Amino acid sequence: MALDWQVFCQDTIDKTVVAGCFGTGGGNGTQTYLDWLISAWGQTVLVAALSLVVALLVGSLVGTIRTLPNSPVLVRAGNVWVEFFRNIPLLVQIFLWYHVVPVVFPLFADTPKLLLVVMGLGLFTSARIAEQVRAGIQALPRGQRYASMALGFTTPQSYRYVLLPMAFRIIVPPLTSEAMNIFKNSSVAFAVSITELTFFAQQAGEETSRGVEVYLAVTALYVVSAFTINRVMAFIEQRVRVPGFLAGTGGGGH
Amino acid sequence: MLDFSVFTPEVFKAYILGGLYFSVMLTVVATAGGIVFGTALALLRLSGVKALELVAATYVNGMRSIPLLMMLLWFFLMVPLVIGRPIGAELSAVITFIAFEAAYFSEIVRAGIQSIARGQVYAGQALGMTYGQNMRLVVLPQAFRNMIPVFLTQTIILFQDTSLVYIITAHDMLHGFTVAGNNLSRPRESYILAAVIYFVICFSLSWIVKRVQQKVAIIR
Repeated sequence: MALDWQVFCQDTIDKTVVAGCFGTGGGNGTQTYLDWLISAWGQTVLVAALSLVVALLVGSLVGTIRTLPNSPVLVRAGNVWVEFFRNIPLLVQIFLWYHVVPVVFPLFADTPKLLLVVMGLGLFTSARIAEQVRAGIQALPRGQRYASMALGFTTPQSYRYVLLPMAFRIIVPPLTSEAMNIFKNSSVAFAVSITELTFFAQQAGEETSRGVEVYLAVTALYVVSAFTINRVMAFIEQRVRVPGFLAGTGGGGH
Repeated sequence: MLDFSVFTPEVFKAYILGGLYFSVMLTVVATAGGIVFGTALALLRLSGVKALELVAATYVNGMRSIPLLMMLLWFFLMVPLVIGRPIGAELSAVITFIAFEAAYFSEIVRAGIQSIARGQVYAGQALGMTYGQNMRLVVLPQAFRNMIPVFLTQTIILFQDTSLVYIITAHDMLHGFTVAGNNLSRPRESYILAAVIYFVICFSLSWIVKRVQQKVAIIR
């Protein structure tokens, strides 16, 4: 079966091959499948990056309150949050955000669908990150908390200056896989017609009947993206490393 | 605003039950297949033969860096091309899930095998066991016991992921809810009910996993 890469130079409407492979763009200009592929990659990156921000913010907050001493109500609320978002399939959550939330909560009536997907993917992942953050904080030796209390730190201070800086360094490796997961999981956005990579694969594969070439290109972009995130996180891990403190060993009690 | 009255037991029987059956079967078959092929992959990766290790590592890392949705599309396209006749979306989903989950299970098995103290392997060798005997009689039985909670957790994730067969319109439980919602013009209520049912199933399963975890922890 011979591969025909020229399919990417085709115009998306009249299927003629465009010289130079790029369309003229603009409102009423032409668009090739290559243009579409690149913009689909952009959408995937956009959805994944925004979701990662939401997931990190909410996940850190929820994970932290689940370790608070003397606040059983907050701890319980954090646990409910995690169980809720962890036990419903991502695709169902995306449908809930897209079909149900804008109708039931008028606040979200005019929210663009891309942001609804970001909320869905972000909060789904926040439960998983909250779990990592909690585990990271609990992996610290108890002495760390006691030491900060002995120094007269308030609870927010002991989290800000003692517990969280160490906990986040411990959980960089699991956060790396969550960041890669969020990239892969952004593919569910296809279900609500966000024109990201998987949606492109399905549509362009069908329109051109050159599924193999289209899927190969999309798969390659996913692999490149995953590898890039992996390298970026490895760089971050190296930059934030504290000399003498080995992340992941649960040490650091010296 | 929301009206659940149309969702009678008859509606569930007509639309949902068949899909639930498929989702559960897909989970069971993919878990079983995933464990078998995953163990094989893990053994290849720990075999000490460079070429085999490379093949297994490439497969596992490749599968793990591609979204499951893309794999579903790939198999749905390629399997008919390779075997020369169309297969249904359901069978295609089963093949995809086994191939995909094998990569994830192999990582679990590999971690499990590596968690077994080296002394156990040496002891087996000292008794004159071959590599196969050592794996089958000494290492794997202990490794699998350690892995049970992780296996179960992965199975819950797998059950949730079965909803992704949406992309090739296989008839799973979520598909049942989508069709019911459209036919009865209650799409919103239908998705809420889908969420509730998935939640009840997955939450109960993870509660069981917690109990099993405690049991296994005592044995160790």
